[in-house]
Amino acid sequence: MFIGLFVPCYIDQLYPRVARASWELLTGLGHTVESPEGQTCCGQPLANSGHAAQGEPCVTGFSRLFGRYDAVVGPSGSCVLHLKEHLEQRGDPLSHRIHELCEFLHDIARVERLEATFPHRVGLHQSCHGLRGLGLGRPSECQIPAFSKPARLLGMVRGLELVPLDRADECCGFGGTFSVQEGDVSAAMGNDRLADHERHGAEFITSADMSCLMHLGGLASRAGSTVKVLHIAEILAGNAL
Amino acid sequence: MLPTTDSHPRAAHDFLQDPERSAWHDETLWMVRTKRDRMASRVPEWELLRETASQIKEHTLSQLSGYLEEFADRAEANGITVHWARDGEEHNRIVLGILQRHGAKRLVKSKSMLTEECHLNPCLAEHGIEVIDTDLGERIVQLEKGAPSHIVMPAIHLKRSEVGELFHRTMGTPEGLDDAQALTEVARQDLRKRYFAADAALTGINFAVAETGGFVVCTNEGNADMGAHLAPVHIACMGLEKIIPRQEHLGVFLRLLARSATGQPITSFSSHFLKPRRGQEMHVVIVDNGRSRQLARPDFRKSLACIRCAACFNTCPVYRRSGGFSYSYFIAGPIGSILAPNIDRKQHASLPFASTLCGSCSAVCPVKIDIHTQLLKWRQEIVAEGHTGWMKRLAMRAAAFVFRHPRVFRMAGWWARKFLPLANRIHLDPWTKTRDLPPPPKESFQEWYRRRGK
Repeated sequence: MFIGLFVPCYIDQLYPRVARASWELLTGLGHTVESPEGQTCCGQPLANSGHAAQGEPCVTGFSRLFGRYDAVVGPSGSCVLHLKEHLEQRGDPLSHRIHELCEFLHDIARVERLEATFPHRVGLHQSCHGLRGLGLGRPSECQIPAFSKPARLLGMVRGLELVPLDRADECCGFGGTFSVQEGDVSAAMGNDRLADHERHGAEFITSADMSCLMHLGGLASRAGSTVKVLHIAEILAGNAL
Repeated sequence: MLPTTDSHPRAAHDFLQDPERSAWHDETLWMVRTKRDRMASRVPEWELLRETASQIKEHTLSQLSGYLEEFADRAEANGITVHWARDGEEHNRIVLGILQRHGAKRLVKSKSMLTEECHLNPCLAEHGIEVIDTDLGERIVQLEKGAPSHIVMPAIHLKRSEVGELFHRTMGTPEGLDDAQALTEVARQDLRKRYFAADAALTGINFAVAETGGFVVCTNEGNADMGAHLAPVHIACMGLEKIIPRQEHLGVFLRLLARSATGQPITSFSSHFLKPRRGQEMHVVIVDNGRSRQLARPDFRKSLACIRCAACFNTCPVYRRSGGFSYSYFIAGPIGSILAPNIDRKQHASLPFASTLCGSCSAVCPVKIDIHTQLLKWRQEIVAEGHTGWMKRLAMRAAAFVFRHPRVFRMAGWWARKFLPLANRIHLDPWTKTRDLPPPPKESFQEWYRRRGK
């Protein structure tokens, strides 16, 4: 498959290793992968702040850059959901070909085995947009059979032990501009999530969304916690740490 | 109530100054959410039930005027007097008129958020009518001279010991008494006297059935029944969205309501009122107060499907950590935040932003209101009408410019990475106030990708 790797702006600038891990995972599966030049932001921060109209050029630019690929894969549930919804609103067929990384590995590539080892206790943070928006798993509110695509993929990693959590899918409080506009509530939510993972002995917190992890990792670092954050791509690619 | 664009974050900041108390508030309401999960999981057709309720409500809203007229005709035929109120003021005038006609001086009132919305109590007090709230939570709030912080559990902001102190101060209970059952008993005995002395009773309405002209009131304390069955006059007030078409639809909503609200299979009392008993007068007041305006907004009309279970409050991580009084509207939580902008977008400008858009509210909602999508849509309207600060508007415009120009984006990113260690040291921006930024990488992904290609 000819895949366009979509690298969200903050991952490009702050977490290039996440994009590289995604690139390695996809090429490792035998796909031809390109990350087109000229990518910036999906426009979600603008839309979520009430400036959706100003974010529209971002979606237009994205469609122009990625229209030629068989599939577009991005290591961020939140950005992918935003693009998917906005492309859908425009009737852009690209909306059916854009996937969050775990969704692609699980549903399209149908990965059953991974060459990765990670002998650690890991807490899975279910990012809200991946979970409730893209349906990567069963949200705890819904009375449907339980499943989780990220957890299933993590189950293929040798030595990795997933820790149970008291609140399996409560929001971490990042929420884009919410994290600064409602800074106090945001930090309180994040610290509560962090404490849940710590209480259950997680050494690492992982997620399909790096933005949640940027928030949780930032709080952990400020608090002097030993818990580290890693994007799920880094663990699945087998090159974490 | 602060009519500013940052009223919610400021009030939330204050709420969080007492970490022990805010943690208790969060835990208490989370417990209600988990009880709801347990109850919902025992109904195999739960999701079908939600879908059915959602469709009944959508259908009803699409033909609301017809169902309202059908309800009013049947109710009148049953001997109920039906009144129509355009707004809160007219509602109060109608209720006052009924009471004055009967020379009523004492009114017992079971829970009704609508009368809170219309500010009925102060209006009646001005005219010398004593109103006693008979729902225990509301009675506590009334004795406290406060306001409800939650629509189902009005006094959830108070701890048991604080209720004990309040009762000691207002009802003479022994100092230090904080046993829930003992306190409830004191309130119960006090209320009992007031039921017998009441000249009239007022109740809310959970469901008004168009087909029968009857209505249903759900309580856990039987207080609506005590009031209505003893008093010679029963006034029931409803927002015009409380209508459901048929009696058989009640089964759908009654199964959802209490499970979603408190994790009970059903409320202790689901009282059906069809007609006045002999010698009694029964009135129904149907109130618009902005609802028809909301009905005319396609993006927001589904908010009128709300059955006021407050499951969205209990699940909302922001509500749990900011408390009911941090919301500038009398209905707090996610549903309040989509109802409030219909009333006043300037005053409630901060509410649609008091959410991470995590979507838990929409997923828990028994009638499937797309609450978080509506929050996002209200944000657009509030910004378009200019109710946000100029700093934010400027920042967004700058960001939009950077995102439109990849070269500027690359340059800005390069500079940002250079400044990042400094930001982590001085903590001047709102992000680093509470959390660190990650150590900056030597090169961006795009830089690596280009280098690799060469």
